[in-house]
Amino acid sequence: MADETTYNDVVVRQFVLATVFWGVIGMAVGVLIAAQLMWPALNFDLPWLTYSRLRPLHTNAVIFAFGGSALIGTSYYIVQRTCHVRLFSDKLAAFSFWGWQSVIVLVAITLPLGITQSKEYAEAEWPIDILIAVVWIAYAIVFFGTIAQRKIRHIYVANWFYAAFVITIAVLHIFNNLVIPAGLTKSYPIYAGVVDAMVQWWYGHNAVGFFLTAGFLGMMYYFIPKQANRPIYSYRLSIVHFWALISVYMWAGPHHLHYTSLPDWAQSLGMVFSLILLAPSWGGMINGIMTLSGAWHKLRTDPILKFLIVSVSFYGMSTFEGPMMSIKTVNALSHYTDWTIGHVHSGALGWVAMISIGSLYALIPKIFGRDKMHSTAAIDLHFWISTIGVVLYIASMWIAGVMQGLMWRATNDDGTLTYSFIESLEATYPYYAIRLLGGALFLAGMGVMVWNVYRTIQAGDSKATVPVMPVSTTA
Amino acid sequence: MSSWLSIGVIVFTLVNIAACWWLLQTNSKRRKGDPQANETMGHVWDGDLQEYNQPLPLWWLMLFYITIIFGVGYLLLYPGLGNYAGMLGWTQDGQYEKQLRQARYRYGEIYDRLADLSIEQLAQDEQALAIGHRLYVNNCSVCHGSDARGAPGFPNLADDDWLYGGDPRNIEISVVNGRAGMMPPMAGAMSEQALDDVVEYVRSLSGLSHDEAMSTRGASQFTSSCAACHGSDGRGNQFIGAPNLTDDIWLYGSGAAEIRAGIVNGRQNRMPAHDDLLGVERARIVAAYVYSLSHDDTDAGGNTDQ
Repeated sequence: MADETTYNDVVVRQFVLATVFWGVIGMAVGVLIAAQLMWPALNFDLPWLTYSRLRPLHTNAVIFAFGGSALIGTSYYIVQRTCHVRLFSDKLAAFSFWGWQSVIVLVAITLPLGITQSKEYAEAEWPIDILIAVVWIAYAIVFFGTIAQRKIRHIYVANWFYAAFVITIAVLHIFNNLVIPAGLTKSYPIYAGVVDAMVQWWYGHNAVGFFLTAGFLGMMYYFIPKQANRPIYSYRLSIVHFWALISVYMWAGPHHLHYTSLPDWAQSLGMVFSLILLAPSWGGMINGIMTLSGAWHKLRTDPILKFLIVSVSFYGMSTFEGPMMSIKTVNALSHYTDWTIGHVHSGALGWVAMISIGSLYALIPKIFGRDKMHSTAAIDLHFWISTIGVVLYIASMWIAGVMQGLMWRATNDDGTLTYSFIESLEATYPYYAIRLLGGALFLAGMGVMVWNVYRTIQAGDSKATVPVMPVSTTA
Repeated sequence: MSSWLSIGVIVFTLVNIAACWWLLQTNSKRRKGDPQANETMGHVWDGDLQEYNQPLPLWWLMLFYITIIFGVGYLLLYPGLGNYAGMLGWTQDGQYEKQLRQARYRYGEIYDRLADLSIEQLAQDEQALAIGHRLYVNNCSVCHGSDARGAPGFPNLADDDWLYGGDPRNIEISVVNGRAGMMPPMAGAMSEQALDDVVEYVRSLSGLSHDEAMSTRGASQFTSSCAACHGSDGRGNQFIGAPNLTDDIWLYGSGAAEIRAGIVNGRQNRMPAHDDLLGVERARIVAAYVYSLSHDDTDAGGNTDQ
């Protein structure tokens, strides 16, 4: 029974708890495979536990289960608050939750069984892909239906970014997964050869651009001004960087295919647009960080704000690093090395995970009828553990990656390679160890979060309702 | 790419870049009615969410313009705008060819000298062995192991047993031209009982434990089905790469199950040709290195001081 005078926080609560749960699972699998790189015996000679099957499980779990639940949950929360209206449809919203969780469970079962399309971040086979598309469309209807019923004419900036994320992911997902089925668990892409590779990386990079960037920028645009209690720095900057970001990101995919059989012109376009992407990306960082001007002192006492601001700093760092790595001469060194892994995790842990964690800490008390989280000290502890974890992780992978790139290209006076591949692998071991430690610290931080969330909910009201706030013209 | 597609690519690219420029132009100046620095836009969401409208930071604006100018410049110099090749005429194939030419110029002398030597001479040449070892480590060890002692399906190169012959000429052919080993599947040619019998006989050839009665029966089946390639005595045939079955050296394992699987399903194996992968000059040096693994100096009749 939908009560039009309150927000639908039921589905938000569900997604928020799913986020924490899948975060722990996805990161735990990550720690396991990091350990397997050091001690391959940890696959216990079982095909389901081999690195090759768990690695896609890890990426899918953290991106789509953890990140996806965080995005859908926060977007439902934010779109209601900033449109001053209850969600468009409670039933569809509930369907989107249970549908999305079914997708995750199906992926978590099929990938270890070796059922895969072998497309990075799009491994799930076609029956699951169809379910994803259906769930996503339901989500889109709820989101845009709510926007359509808004009580305030201007659409809040966070919703622009969520909207771009919802639309683009639908397009990317459908076109990259056009396949001809060969049974329930096997299919062949309709694209062949280098076209298939190009479509895959058009999808792959825009999954980064719209899933892992635009969506989380939506999160940032709500929770930073909310937590800092300051107006957003610049409306026009948000307009400029929004349109520039979504139009330019579309072209950047080919930088994943430098020096391959992809035609030269496509590679160049990928590189040029990746470079032009630097400023639009930083526009978001500036708007996030400068929103804090006049309220910097709050960083001293509010660990939630620390999470949010540090995550935006990591965002700025990795969106600088990305364009640099897209330059052909840099890419010739960095490609296929652990530098890429470091880059991805400075985005995934530093930006995506930390902005989500900060947002959850701000959000959870509100939807469970509490003033604040059970323990602020525990949030601070979580912040420091995870920050140290991220720094250890990305610094070790940078060093390892540059070292690998240099070792692979080193030649002797007679033109032969100085090092064998196995020597570069041996040299990487110490950095694998540091990476494992960094990842384990980040996971430990999630443990602190689980405890804090549990204690908060325990003393809270898990059926709390919040009345829809009337539109006001003055703060 | 067709010229229409090319024009489409050019138009799309330039329109997107120009749109970014326009976006910056139209939003970098204050417009009439814009709020002052300390005023918000006047909208309030969710009780307290508001927006200032600060000007675009100048350094950021400049950064954006610079990347656009760089991008356009790059697209003029390098291929990127559809079929337009760029002023520098750069291609990745051209870059590769250039690096090859440079390498030939830089290292040519070394390999010219070695190209005149025979495999035996190369196997005595310190520089050739050093080069051969490094080429081996990066190109061969994945299959044959860094100690060259092989792995199931990949022959041991450090012993005296050779599928195609261990003399310099045959090793050179193996490396340069590659080899394709093929044992035909015999499942249809023998009864289940005959298969088991032949397995026992084959094991007996290398002196492994076996069932005497089955082995005796297997001997006649061996003569009719296997001897054409492996020889009536089971000593193999290096002309066609049929392994010697009497030396207790096994490419796929000596167990009855492995032997039986080989007979039933046959075996397909391939050593890739390395003339295109490494160039004939370097492939020969690798061959000499492989040769040296089982022929130390004393065998070659050279320095025998060791």
